[in-house]
Amino acid sequence: MAFKLNVNGTSATVDVPADTPLLWVLRDVLNLKGTKYGCGVAFCGACTVHLGGRAVRSCSTPVSAAEKAPITTIEGLSADGSHPLQQAWIELDVPQCGYCQGGQIMSAAAMLAKTPKPTDKDIDSAMNGNVCRCGTYIRIRQAIHRAAAIAQNKGKSGATTGASAQ
Amino acid sequence: MKKLTGKKLNRRNFLQVSALGGGGLLIGMYVGPEKALAQGRGGGAPPPPPVKPSDYIMIAADGTVTIMAKNPEVGQGVKTMIPMLIAEELDIDWKQVKLQNTDFDDTKYFSQFAGGSLATPQNWIPMRQVGAGGRKLMLMAAAKNWNVAESELTTASGKVYHKASNKSAGYGELAATAATLTPPDPKTLTFKDPKDYKIIGVSTKAWDTPAIVTGKPIFCIDVTVPGMLYAAYQKCGVFGGKVMTSNIEEIKKMPGVRGAWVVDRPEVKGDVLPGDPGLEPGIAIVADTWWQAQSARKKLNVTWDEGRFGVPEHSSTVYAQRAVELSKQAPMNTLRKDGEGKDALSKAAKVVEAAYTYPFISHAPLEPQGATASFKDGKVEIWTDSQIPASGRRLAAQTLGLTEKEVTLHMTRGGGGFGRRLTNDYVAEAAYISKLAGAPVKLLWSREDDMAHDYYRPGGYQFLKAGLDSSGKVMAWHNHFVSYGAPNGERLNFVSAGAMGPTEFPQRFVPNYQLDASVMPLAIRTGSLRAPSSNVFAFVIHSFIDELAHAAGKDPVQFRLDLLGEPKMNAGYNAGRMRGVVEKVAEMSNWAKTKPSKGRALGVAFHFSHAGYFAEVADVSVSSDKKVKIHKVWVAGDIGSQIINPNAAENLAQGAVVDGISAMMGYEITVDKGRVVQQNFPQHPIARMTQMPPEIEVAWVKSDNPPTGLGEPSMPPVLPAVANAIFSASGIRVRSLPIKNAGFSFA
Repeated sequence: MAFKLNVNGTSATVDVPADTPLLWVLRDVLNLKGTKYGCGVAFCGACTVHLGGRAVRSCSTPVSAAEKAPITTIEGLSADGSHPLQQAWIELDVPQCGYCQGGQIMSAAAMLAKTPKPTDKDIDSAMNGNVCRCGTYIRIRQAIHRAAAIAQNKGKSGATTGASAQ
Repeated sequence: MKKLTGKKLNRRNFLQVSALGGGGLLIGMYVGPEKALAQGRGGGAPPPPPVKPSDYIMIAADGTVTIMAKNPEVGQGVKTMIPMLIAEELDIDWKQVKLQNTDFDDTKYFSQFAGGSLATPQNWIPMRQVGAGGRKLMLMAAAKNWNVAESELTTASGKVYHKASNKSAGYGELAATAATLTPPDPKTLTFKDPKDYKIIGVSTKAWDTPAIVTGKPIFCIDVTVPGMLYAAYQKCGVFGGKVMTSNIEEIKKMPGVRGAWVVDRPEVKGDVLPGDPGLEPGIAIVADTWWQAQSARKKLNVTWDEGRFGVPEHSSTVYAQRAVELSKQAPMNTLRKDGEGKDALSKAAKVVEAAYTYPFISHAPLEPQGATASFKDGKVEIWTDSQIPASGRRLAAQTLGLTEKEVTLHMTRGGGGFGRRLTNDYVAEAAYISKLAGAPVKLLWSREDDMAHDYYRPGGYQFLKAGLDSSGKVMAWHNHFVSYGAPNGERLNFVSAGAMGPTEFPQRFVPNYQLDASVMPLAIRTGSLRAPSSNVFAFVIHSFIDELAHAAGKDPVQFRLDLLGEPKMNAGYNAGRMRGVVEKVAEMSNWAKTKPSKGRALGVAFHFSHAGYFAEVADVSVSSDKKVKIHKVWVAGDIGSQIINPNAAENLAQGAVVDGISAMMGYEITVDKGRVVQQNFPQHPIARMTQMPPEIEVAWVKSDNPPTGLGEPSMPPVLPAVANAIFSASGIRVRSLPIKNAGFSFA
């Protein structure tokens, strides 16, 4: 079946079975490998993308449910890796293996878009669906606070926030 | 400058240079066993040349310095750390450096391996030699070009300077000359004085982070090669189970499926499963996309011959009963007896007795196992994130009936390892399926495959007795260790990673020590998991020591210091270094002034493993309904004179604490008639952000010892530290893992 998707601002028509999870369409049809497979049951968050600005688990979102809104993946979060979260992740050297981090950043980005100055509690509730097997949680939390500060400073100086390209 | 010194290596190293196109230079070093080079050398003849020139450093004429990243990177930071060693002694700025991944090639690079926290101790000297050799070549080239004495020259930031004539030249300008020189003998090289370090000891960002945060395809699962198909491989839930009947003809007709094959393999014989048995029987399905292969596989209808392992005797409940029976019988073997051994217990003023148990657990790296293979014209090319590619190549060659020369291995970043990728079953599967399909194939395991077919951390049982004298000193220690394996004459064959060493702590620190062992057969595969054996022996030993401290009415920190005794080297165990970290962590956590209140307390533990000395304290609250909140963990480690990359080291140690707590609370693999029961993360949960301590403070005690690794030794003490805090806070002594089984949960 053909499905018309809007991914990272670009339209794409894919011909796949209707039950194909969005994850595998992104990875193996559209060759966007930044979204990762970890569990297939929406338990680890490695596959997190934005659907209409909301963080969703693409491993458990059938492609048939992904036509309704624009999709943003980690590749489309910023044009040049300059999203405040990407900057903060580099600045604090967050990753160990790095496999979960794309999903972590996408969950954090959806939260920051709605809650630009998050408390620890906001972070807890937004990030609790994303596991990090290497255990970088302390740095993930610090980096989200740091990204919020970067975004705020940019806002003050009138520059763009480098927010989602969708 | 410090004369090159260090541990005596049984290796003979020599540097090599060759010209690089466009006036550049390639610097390599052969690091080989002394013995191999000595063969046929006789009478001081020069060593034979290595098979191929190695290439650790490439200096282009424009001054660009590319350093090769040779070791498997699975999140331990080695890709950045090893090149830091080279760059430091080459005397360039880190910002001048570019890193490039290498293939697996043991004729060029030594020890391309990720395990045992060995990368630092193995590379510390030879990789600095590579850098120092490169710097020396630059000095020699400048001396020749300028016709001055080398002793008049200095280097800084990738340039050579001659102060007297005010001349300077970048390394790129000297590369062409250097390529014509005879490289120096590494033994004659000098290393920098550590006080002059500009890279070692300076927090350096992980090279791949920009690629990670922008979703670049750098992991094994991301590999694509032209014409590639996707594979799923269905194995029996019981090890070695063979296909009797299947609906494979129907499967072949499913959408996108290009082929399906029953794979028959000879039965693995023996009482103890081999460490890496390789390709097991099953059904391979190859399709245009992985989702199609996986969807087809879900429609499989197979009857399996489950063989000798698919029987009720191979169930966790039966193993547990059997362990208790074995503990009551005479042990099958005594692994160690010092003094009077357990007989001394009869002279004790007080005897403490406890039985500890712990489960099998799964590595569960977040990236499931998989590999891409392309078999063509009697050769195979493989892309893998194996932690031990040398074994992967051997296994692939054996599986396909090829020589190892006919197997090419490319190394990719791995989404976690934790020891899982020290076995190469998935490499063999990918290679075999590519040959069946006659096409390049990407094999990917589902999470369920990964949990069902791991090489699990062995579970076990320890039946402990210790005697205290009238002053509260430990005078006797007896452990009947019950593990898995088979008797072999006078000895015991343990399953992989299922043994206990005869010098396990507190051996050497109590006068009467006896370690007995018994084993029973096991149906599942086992293997090394981060800090093998230590990852759970520390829990048992240091929880029991805590029991003894309380029985003796002593402060748990002081009791441990008393047990360690004089700060001296005790047959390979440096009691002084351990005392140092115990004292440090007590100071960091304000141990002496923190009194347990009802419901909240500190717990302490230490453990020595992988050459690292670590002590940790946990601050834990336990509510009346057994909700556990870990407020903070303090980590003090002594891994030698240098922390090569401090920010990365802190990250790794913090992660080790999270890993240990995760395992302690929730990891458990059980077996039912030879099959693993748990299927996915919900049954083997990785702890989440809200469940983890919001603070983990790490400090290093520097000692005058060569630097060693930390990914493993930083992990074991956290389990007993938390368990001991739970006891002080609640009065409940945890003697069995995971603690969720005793009704504990995260607050």
